[in-house]
Amino acid sequence: MARRPVAIGALVVATLVLALILGPVPVLLARGGGTLDFADLAAMRFTLAQASLSALSSVIFAIPIARALARRRFARRDLLITLMGAPFLLPVLVVVMGVLAIFGPGGWLAKTGLPVPDLFGIQGVVLAHLFLNLPLAIRIILQGWRAIPAERTRLALSLGFDAGAHWRHLELPMLRSVLPGAVLTIFLVCLTSFTIALTLGGGPRATTIELAIYQAVRFEFDLPGAAMLALLQMGLCAVAILLVQFVTVDWAFGAGMDRPISMFPPQGWRLIVDGAVILGAGLFIALPVAAAVFRGLPGLADMPSQVWLALLRSSLTSVTAALLAVAGALMLALPVSRGARGFDVVAVLPMTASSLVLGTGLFVVIYPFVSPSTVALPLTILVNATLALPFAYRLLLPDVRAIELGYGRLAGSLGMGGWTLVRLVVLPRLQRPLGFALGVTAALSMGDLGAIALFAGEGSATLPLVIQRLMGAYQIDTAAGASLILMAGSFALFWLFDRGGRLDADV
Amino acid sequence: MVPPVLRLSQMERVMKTPIFAAGFLCVATVAAAETPTLNVLTYDSFVSEWGPGPAIEKAFEATCACDLVFTGAGDGAALLARLQLEGSASDADVVLGLDTSLTAQATATGLFAPHGQTVATTLPVPFDDANFLPYDWGWFAFVYDNTKLASPPTSFAELAASDLKIVIQDPRSSTPGLGLLLWVKAAYGDGASALWTDLADNVLTVTPGWSEAYGMFTDGQADMVLSYTTSPAYHLIAESDATKSAAPFTDGHYLQVEVMGKLAGSDQPALADTFLAFMLTDGVQTGLITTNWMYPAKTPAAGLPKGFETLLQPEKSLLLSATEAQSARGPALDEWRAALSQ
Repeated sequence: MARRPVAIGALVVATLVLALILGPVPVLLARGGGTLDFADLAAMRFTLAQASLSALSSVIFAIPIARALARRRFARRDLLITLMGAPFLLPVLVVVMGVLAIFGPGGWLAKTGLPVPDLFGIQGVVLAHLFLNLPLAIRIILQGWRAIPAERTRLALSLGFDAGAHWRHLELPMLRSVLPGAVLTIFLVCLTSFTIALTLGGGPRATTIELAIYQAVRFEFDLPGAAMLALLQMGLCAVAILLVQFVTVDWAFGAGMDRPISMFPPQGWRLIVDGAVILGAGLFIALPVAAAVFRGLPGLADMPSQVWLALLRSSLTSVTAALLAVAGALMLALPVSRGARGFDVVAVLPMTASSLVLGTGLFVVIYPFVSPSTVALPLTILVNATLALPFAYRLLLPDVRAIELGYGRLAGSLGMGGWTLVRLVVLPRLQRPLGFALGVTAALSMGDLGAIALFAGEGSATLPLVIQRLMGAYQIDTAAGASLILMAGSFALFWLFDRGGRLDADV
Repeated sequence: MVPPVLRLSQMERVMKTPIFAAGFLCVATVAAAETPTLNVLTYDSFVSEWGPGPAIEKAFEATCACDLVFTGAGDGAALLARLQLEGSASDADVVLGLDTSLTAQATATGLFAPHGQTVATTLPVPFDDANFLPYDWGWFAFVYDNTKLASPPTSFAELAASDLKIVIQDPRSSTPGLGLLLWVKAAYGDGASALWTDLADNVLTVTPGWSEAYGMFTDGQADMVLSYTTSPAYHLIAESDATKSAAPFTDGHYLQVEVMGKLAGSDQPALADTFLAFMLTDGVQTGLITTNWMYPAKTPAAGLPKGFETLLQPEKSLLLSATEAQSARGPALDEWRAALSQ
């Protein structure tokens, strides 16, 4: 009985998400019959290949990095972990420019005289996705290590576990539970990639489904065709989600007292390897970011006032979108942690959607009633919140699950449920992932061009749109400066929320 | 789409000249009873603070006793999609910013009305379209850094034989990209497919839009970029930088002609006609040169700004007619995709 309000909340969120994500497909299909052709199948093949390679390489590289970070303590470690999150929060255009500035034919590496392999092709796409998603993979896996209660590592210590036994009994089971979700998340992020795949892919052989949708909507005005492609994209995602559910193993070490982790890490050569891994990862992530920063500095000198206004607009919309996304994600995660089926699929659904189909569908539905440009910002908030919800959900779910496994029965025997449980147990224990999820979703919405490009009217341009306008106006230095401001703004939002979530913790 | 730049003050100065104002005194007396609204649907960079839109809006409103509202919708291709989405229910009175590779498709929608105006344009080729009036134009060209490249290729064939790296735009998402496709088709006809096969190893990458490609070029990632013969003028005039040049091709240079048209469903047809005429007045045309960085459709009495005399003047201009462009597009795209996918 007491849990009913939470269930109703979840139903409302699920209905909204379903309507927003699935609704556009029949709306666009209603304009005629859509078909898929041979080129679309080639696009499907390339999309699958690049997304799989990107996801696997991100996670494989992330494991040693997260492990090294989890078991070593050093000065400024927290700062390093926070900064390592930067690429995922960067606007895609900045990512492309940063990667090019380091690895491109005119980049820093090429200038050292070293033989640089050709960047353009699937290898360039995977490299940019690796740069973009490695931080996400590291954070997801690092949270897994954090979730091993200190009590268990102490027990392992008193039982005389060596590194191998520690790996087999504690770390491997944790990874088996965490990795499939990490692979899936990154696979889905890369599946709908558009700008990176096109810019670094080197030509039409790097056509993704999202690009085919773009072409169908804009050059051929083939809306049913776009809807069919969107369905194909969703189908691929559905297959991936089912596969991952099949291999994921639920895992819990039980509840702990939240003591700081004491891992007594191995010394000797393992310390050197860990150090090298952290240094390598730091450089790989820092160099393109540094390049983007240096590229932006000269343009900061005379920044037009529109940029600051747009920054304000972007900050407000992305904070609102983040609050909505995280609230919605929590609503869905709560019943899922108690074994409810269905909501978990809804929570991942937005990742499978094409933002262009979503925006076009909304446009078609709204246009007869109100001029879309007058509601551009609310629409942007709604679309960004929906698209960011899966990320918030993924970040919250492991901890919500752990709470249910650790405290669910006790709460049940006390007759505690619904909002009381949320208020007294869930929210306080979720402080860290909530802060992190808010930070990530706010930064993601901030850097997203997405829906606003379809709807923006006078006086509603967000910062990514202003940057695009600057670049379209030859103002490349100013655009680079504005990108730096966007990067700083995204990162500041992320840092504020993430910090807020960790106020009481010392790790 | 076409790159505009912040030169509002210059444009406003032009708008204030007596000749300019005199031409529109008659219009000012028309709609006094209530303020009518003229809705112009255009591409995003036209309405942006760095584009020609704001100054044009100010100048037109000073004379029309109306409210001129620009709505931006992506680039030229997105603009047509947007119009088709809105269909006959569209609030727009005028659509501004299509190019000739899209006008056949635009005419086929049946949403446009004949403009009924005769304008003596100064385009390098004859241009006559019942529904669309040109307001500016440019030659496509490959732009390079003349301090790094002493002898640029003089034709597509020479470019294909060289080991130079170029950045181009995707014809499926960008109007310059589509322009290049039609350029090669107009110059090589049935040999276009073979040319693309030869060019494939020169294409460093294909970007979604003009700005990504141009940004990569200025950051030193590629030897040449597909842009306009007027691009060096921006660097020369706005940045006093003479290092950028456009390579002359003996094949000829394809034109991008940017056009505007009146919608049949407009509730302000007279005002729409006035606006179309206004766009071709000296004041607006002068302003467009250094905000859109294109040639004016009708060269103003004062001529072109200083610096334009240094630009490449192609001997041969290429332009497929609207219907030719429409029918060439599909096959040309397939050829392009096949050649570059290998």
